[in-house]
Amino acid sequence: MPELLEFEEPVGVLLKEIEALSMLPKTPERERSIESLRRRADEIRGEIYATLTPWQRVLVARHPNRPNTLDYVERLFTNFDELHGDRRFADDHAIVTGIAEYKGQAVAIVGHQKGRDTKQKIFRNFGYARPEGYRKALRVLQFAQKFSRPVVVFIDTPAAYPGMESEERGVAEAIAVNLREMMMIEVPIVVIVCGEGGSGGALGIAIGDRVLMQEFSVYSVIPPEGCAAILWRDANRKVEAADALKITATDMLALGLIDGIIPEPSGGAHNDYDAATALVDQALSQALADMAPLTGEERLEARYMKFRRMGEEGTAFTDTAAAPEA
Amino acid sequence: MAWFKKVRKPIESPSDKPSRVPEGLWVKCPSCAEILYNKDLVASLNVCTKCAHHFRVGATERLRMLFDKAWEEYDEGLQSTDPLKFIDTKPYRKRLDASIAATGLNDAVICATGHINGIETSVASMEYGFIGGSMGVVVGEKITRAIERAIDRRLPVVIVSSSGGARMMEGALSLMQMAKISAALARLDRAKLPYISVLTDPTTGGVTASFAMLGDVIIAEPKALIGFAGPRVIEQTIRQKLPEGFQRSEFLLERGMIDLIVDRREMKDAVARVLRFGTPAREARAAAVAAASIAAAAALPVSVAELAPPKP
Ligand SMILES: [Zn+2]
Repeated sequence: MPELLEFEEPVGVLLKEIEALSMLPKTPERERSIESLRRRADEIRGEIYATLTPWQRVLVARHPNRPNTLDYVERLFTNFDELHGDRRFADDHAIVTGIAEYKGQAVAIVGHQKGRDTKQKIFRNFGYARPEGYRKALRVLQFAQKFSRPVVVFIDTPAAYPGMESEERGVAEAIAVNLREMMMIEVPIVVIVCGEGGSGGALGIAIGDRVLMQEFSVYSVIPPEGCAAILWRDANRKVEAADALKITATDMLALGLIDGIIPEPSGGAHNDYDAATALVDQALSQALADMAPLTGEERLEARYMKFRRMGEEGTAFTDTAAAPEA
Repeated sequence: MAWFKKVRKPIESPSDKPSRVPEGLWVKCPSCAEILYNKDLVASLNVCTKCAHHFRVGATERLRMLFDKAWEEYDEGLQSTDPLKFIDTKPYRKRLDASIAATGLNDAVICATGHINGIETSVASMEYGFIGGSMGVVVGEKITRAIERAIDRRLPVVIVSSSGGARMMEGALSLMQMAKISAALARLDRAKLPYISVLTDPTTGGVTASFAMLGDVIIAEPKALIGFAGPRVIEQTIRQKLPEGFQRSEFLLERGMIDLIVDRREMKDAVARVLRFGTPAREARAAAVAAASIAAAAALPVSVAELAPPKP
């Protein structure tokens, strides 16, 4: 049975019934019951996912079976070669970079990688990147720029790694430099938030011409638990914090902070990798096609203006006397 | 990973900051316990005359220390509209109003142009007393405009940071201000205009991970806390105490992350020297001429509030 989230309990009950029936000798009648239970489970799952709360979306975004960067790389690209290391200190396993082909076109790939089983999670540092990861990413971005290859970025991290060595080696500087330099990389950059968009750790590789979020991914300035601990002084108020922070794809689009939402199959991407991949594929090829006719200069101008406008609507002059001329 | 255990409180009312100079005639230095006469302390730019402990200073005081004389302020009327209608234990709107009342500012930064040893400069000065100096849409917009103004008028930029990072109550809008300001700095960089980042206690989170670490030259005040993650978050991650001095200016200098540590009393001259290095001879001459003409008009009282703000 697949790993179920707490709010998927009604589906779990049906799946258990199906499991029990499957263990009995097959009869046409039982086959029919199983089939109808399956349909019912899909239906209920669809209903649940149609009305997920922001906190529930956090749980989906963090689902251990949610397809990750390498899952998409395997399904969307051919001839992938992973490129390692920042040429300064180490190879960060929490950010994967490489070159590949997308529908016959050479592209560079950058993405966070969390790891699925315990061993992988430790190897990937749970997707918490250190400075080396950001520096490796920039190196590959500049490599792509040199040969006019588009870049596809996958975002899925809880945060940049908050440990001593991160500070010692300048994680803040590494992120800051990426923010500045990614604004000047002339090749098309498509960013896909496929899981957790965790604060500066996400943003440090998330500057692009098209920033898209998968339907059940989240993007936040701080994890809801952290926000609840600070503002409510109680990490258990994470549900309210998740609500207040406006972290869902719909919220992010409404705030003008992303360019589009990639739908997911009913029950979330982890429920059907192939369907999820097909939807990402469609959005990615559209985004790359949209950008192809632009010159590098036009892309940079549009990218600048996109980020330049972010938050403008959240500010207002207190009095008209102080307002600038239009 | 330990994020949720975070208990640091970035939201302090301006009155409960230990390092700030309190009202009254006498002040006890929190570092050396010396009893200091308030007037002497102010005269030494809020640096302890005995042990050189740097008390925190506000955004306006900071501008007074940097500029030769009066400055022109921009976008001072810009206020947050509370875009998320954020409510935690109390409405964000109430926190904003309280900070506005306490500081007399509309948000956590003052942006101005003025002269630093004769060199006209676009300066942004952050106010820690305004919701922990946190960066939301107003800070992002004002600093971005200050940088764009510098590009338009070919001025150098100085940003004095003092901030706990991005402002949670404006959610991802705050996060994106990191990108927005860095984008403007990319253009400033390509326009070959100097940017000096001055780091003061404390500079952490999204401010450090964007404009604070992007200076052509980065100058810190002594013993300032400078980092990405807060010390408590790190301690909870690694489950041990951090060594003495970790994330302090001296530590960052040793690790190669900043250029200089400068005593506040020397700061203006140090900033001016870097500005001169970053100002081509032709522009420096123009600055000298401008400085002379301003000196001639020095008698003219400049009311900051009455000056018409320029185009954004
Ligand atoms: Zn002292």
